[in-house]
Amino acid sequence: MNGDSILEVRDLRISFSTYAGEVQAVRGVSFDLRRGETLAIVGESGSGKTVTAKSLLRLLPEANTTIKGGEALFEGQDLLKLSEQQMQKLRGSKIAMVFQDPMTSLDPTMKIGRQITESLKEHLGLSGQRARERAVELLTLVGIPNPEDRVKQYPHQFSGGMRQRVVIAIALACDPQILIADEPTTALDVTIQAQILELLRDLQEQLGMSVILITHDLGVVAHTAHRVAVMYAGKVIETGTLREIFYNPQMPYTWGLLASIPLPTADRSQDLIPIPGSPPDMHDPPKGCPFTPRCPYAMRVCAEEMPGYTTFSAEHKAACWLHHPMAPNVEPPVRIGGTR
Amino acid sequence: MTEQGTNGNGRALLEIKELKKHFRVGRGVTLKAVDGISLEIERGETLGLVGESGCGKTTAGRVLVRLYEPSGGEVIFGGKDVHGTEGEEGRALNRKMQMIFQDQQASLNPRMIVRDIIAEGLDIHNLVGSKKERLDRVQELLDVVGLDKEHANRYPHEFSGGQRQRIGVARALAVNPEFIVADEPVSALDVSIQAQVINLMRRLQEERDLTYLFISHDLSVVKYISDRVGVMYLGQLVELADSDELYENPLHPYTRALLSAVPVPDPDYETERERTVLQGDLPSPVNPPSGCRFRTRCPQAVEAAAQVEPEWREIKLGHWVQACPCFT
Repeated sequence: MNGDSILEVRDLRISFSTYAGEVQAVRGVSFDLRRGETLAIVGESGSGKTVTAKSLLRLLPEANTTIKGGEALFEGQDLLKLSEQQMQKLRGSKIAMVFQDPMTSLDPTMKIGRQITESLKEHLGLSGQRARERAVELLTLVGIPNPEDRVKQYPHQFSGGMRQRVVIAIALACDPQILIADEPTTALDVTIQAQILELLRDLQEQLGMSVILITHDLGVVAHTAHRVAVMYAGKVIETGTLREIFYNPQMPYTWGLLASIPLPTADRSQDLIPIPGSPPDMHDPPKGCPFTPRCPYAMRVCAEEMPGYTTFSAEHKAACWLHHPMAPNVEPPVRIGGTR
Repeated sequence: MTEQGTNGNGRALLEIKELKKHFRVGRGVTLKAVDGISLEIERGETLGLVGESGCGKTTAGRVLVRLYEPSGGEVIFGGKDVHGTEGEEGRALNRKMQMIFQDQQASLNPRMIVRDIIAEGLDIHNLVGSKKERLDRVQELLDVVGLDKEHANRYPHEFSGGQRQRIGVARALAVNPEFIVADEPVSALDVSIQAQVINLMRRLQEERDLTYLFISHDLSVVKYISDRVGVMYLGQLVELADSDELYENPLHPYTRALLSAVPVPDPDYETERERTVLQGDLPSPVNPPSGCRFRTRCPQAVEAAAQVEPEWREIKLGHWVQACPCFT
């Protein structure tokens, strides 16, 4: 489609089987990831953002996950159809992932150095000596002081922020083309979060990686992303450039997300505008637009049929019946448009 | 000069004087979680308490509502020494001070139905005479927090996170408290649900003349909901001021750094702003730095900061700060 895309995800559909029946976690997700960009996938818990990302590396539990359809094209291969052996070659080398909780993604019984060299030896075939040197280089790259001593330590001897740096170092070990960062700063304090976000941004510029950033924090998105895909109930309901999503959003759910967070400049005498209700049960997702029950502008057609995408610019599209020529003209709530 | 940490209108509901809470964490090792904080909380206000994990904000809140005994200092609530009160008077104090917790999954007993969870306080304080009255009260409370009457017979796991937080609020309200410590009440919730709970808390405050201590690491939420905000670092208050004043005119380098670290959901603002990214990590509260505790990470630290214990000073009316030599 787009010559510059490094990854093309088309109509991805994923279900889990649970004791209560099938949960349709991802229901037809499509997006492109361009070379050298940061694409933020935002959404609330249960919107399917993490499931989408994990499926690209096939990290979902095989026993109860079914990929019902779609494809994810990376270098001409469909990631969803690779054998486990082929996937192992790719995972951690060309595509790497950073998780939310650095304590659970590190092995508490293994020294940091060995956790970094593991993938260097496996994927790049480096010798022990060379791998150890590279480990020290990587720790320096992610800003860990005294790397020569630190490689000999265990995860518990690191602080939360330092642990996340180690996890990033491991992810970067084999020079990945794509880095998937799943809520990389959610478990960290704000001052540490600022350090890690700064680090990720510098590293991306330095190494030219493409990054998929998964987060629920619109502040983090505004700080880091180039493009944004907003997910709700297993679907991408709006996507566009960073500015398009924040300053010219076209879907009531995106309006709601932006209006429900207090900005530092917010007028405290005004109530926040919450989104009423809660997200739908994915055992039995609504037939039409999943946001209908919570949408203040819902029309009869919304509950009947999922709208197609309306295109607003080269990058910007949203799925909403309000953009149908016959729909009434609706203005977003006043607060949309940032602080100025 | 007014009393420590008030804006001087003398309607203090709570007076906190040199409050300390130390924990023994090993032989001869003491963790000074709260190490001498003084402030007053006025009737009807929301005081926000912010700081990073380990700064002592949660411990401070728990000492106030008598979940912990302080290691030093005192807390006066409506003229009574909170920690010197026992028996009947102590029970009365417990009723007046309630707490809302972050994790309702953990703070609601999974084996109790919502009716009994909410009515537990009513039973303990003998506030209802009959079963009928008890149920009426519970249903009324459910209604107040925006839940259905039928929810009274369900278990906590049958609710979503936002609904569970509403149950937590209803439980706190059941005994008609005057003062509520809300410890990260919205941190575990999705943003769209967060706004629902924040609006609910604000409405209840107005209707019931409640006083809140709102503890959170989320500076945007704290600024929005609080009248005044205190910033904690390693067991001490470093700054305290009216919410707008603190955000527009922060004096302490830590407050400045903290504010500049918060990512704001506004791309233009994010591109233009200048960030002070603090280096390093929080020092251990077991062995905090001498003098100004922030000096090891302070971008403008001066040598004198290590020797002088910074003084808690009112720089201008209602704006208190730990006056470190680096900026005064």
